[in-house]
Amino acid sequence: MGDHELKLLGMWASPFVLRARLALSFKGLSYEYIEEEIFGNKSALLDKSNPVHKKVPVLIHKDKSICESQIIVEYIDEVFSGTGPSLLPVDPYDRAVARFWAAYIDDKLFSLFMMMIKGKTTEDKAKGRRHSFAVAETLEGALKGCSKGKSFFGGDNVGFLDIVLGGFVAWVHTRDILSRSKQFDAGKTPLLAAWLERFCALDATKAVMPDVEKLVELSKMRQARDDAAAAAVSQSN
Amino acid sequence: MSPSGVKLIGAFGSPFAHRAEVALRLKGVPYELLLEELMISKSDLLLKHNPIHKKVPVLLHGDRTICESLVVLEYIDEAFDGPAIMPTDPYERAMVRFWAHFMDNKCAKPFMLSVWSEGEAQKGFLKEVKENLALLQAQLEGKRFFAGESIGYLDIVLCSLAHWLTVIEEATGVKLVADDEFPDLRRWAKEYTSNEIVKPCLPDRDRLLAFYTAHLDRYKMIAKAMLQQ
Repeated sequence: MGDHELKLLGMWASPFVLRARLALSFKGLSYEYIEEEIFGNKSALLDKSNPVHKKVPVLIHKDKSICESQIIVEYIDEVFSGTGPSLLPVDPYDRAVARFWAAYIDDKLFSLFMMMIKGKTTEDKAKGRRHSFAVAETLEGALKGCSKGKSFFGGDNVGFLDIVLGGFVAWVHTRDILSRSKQFDAGKTPLLAAWLERFCALDATKAVMPDVEKLVELSKMRQARDDAAAAAVSQSN
Repeated sequence: MSPSGVKLIGAFGSPFAHRAEVALRLKGVPYELLLEELMISKSDLLLKHNPIHKKVPVLLHGDRTICESLVVLEYIDEAFDGPAIMPTDPYERAMVRFWAHFMDNKCAKPFMLSVWSEGEAQKGFLKEVKENLALLQAQLEGKRFFAGESIGYLDIVLCSLAHWLTVIEEATGVKLVADDEFPDLRRWAKEYTSNEIVKPCLPDRDRLLAFYTAHLDRYKMIAKAMLQQ
């Protein structure tokens, strides 16, 4: 497999880091993984390699830093075009469609998760849940169009869009457990539900998927912390 | 079977639509421009082809529909022959994509709020705008264009800095950039806006100024909503 001189700065719970790890996994690329502290100070390496945003993931390739998860995935695909499967489609229009949905996922899905996790009131959280079902339904349509009856957004094989959505899969499982409902409900979004199962069953996915039980614990811890902070605020008013 | 016939759904004054138009012109692709009157209502054509976002630009290429200006730019570069818009080197491609995302995701809000908000909040946003501009100027590295000797992806993406910025300053009376600040960016702005391919698809300055002046209240409302998020 050889040394590809790759390092990935990450954090185990981050869906964006998971995306980068999925891409590396599906391409069969070896790399050194460096964990950033979740609640700690940012490391000197992170400050140096992502001075603008100071966020993970950061891919370091032969001393060059590449930031932003989707950009990292495209970079990996382009530089290592001879290694492993191609992630982006070949046809310019298929690529445009994949990029459109990738932008949509980051625009809608992430902010919805945040609303559900950090929603200030029960109403906010409920609103978040309603919107997330609407987004899931839109993605169901996207999957239908992109897959053309096959298993993945990328067709027979996992592609860019599977990986972009795939980054959120661990959090989908976490929310499913905490809310005792399905984000990708088989009744409402059958294709997505099937996709989720299929995607998670792949070896390349399993190799990098974070521990969902730990994510559940982390989520409960964050919630407790937010609740305590909110209680302190309301008591001091 | 290859599609034919290119149409671009745009709107007067939209820097996002301008991005798509410039790219088509750089490639020498003939196109039909369809203008929306966004302040009045959205056309059936727009709603049909961009039901998710209902925004311009929308590129229609035969039976294909492409939305989102950054996606449109890369599509135009890949689907048509002509001078390259994106760099060829993967690392440089990653860099220009990074700065494009920086512009659209990080710069847009403080930029809007620095002209449309007031008091202490405004001071904070002004500071942020200058920091962002400094980061962007650094990418020029003294070159004629961000892409080097000729216009490329990042020049197109940053078009609003070249043409829209001074118009908004005038409309709002808020000076974001002092006359002696960011000389490289100023020089680049002149190069970009005077370019023969770019100039014909830039919105007329006086008309753009009148447009912003007429819609000041609307923008103030949008900014207020942004602040509360």
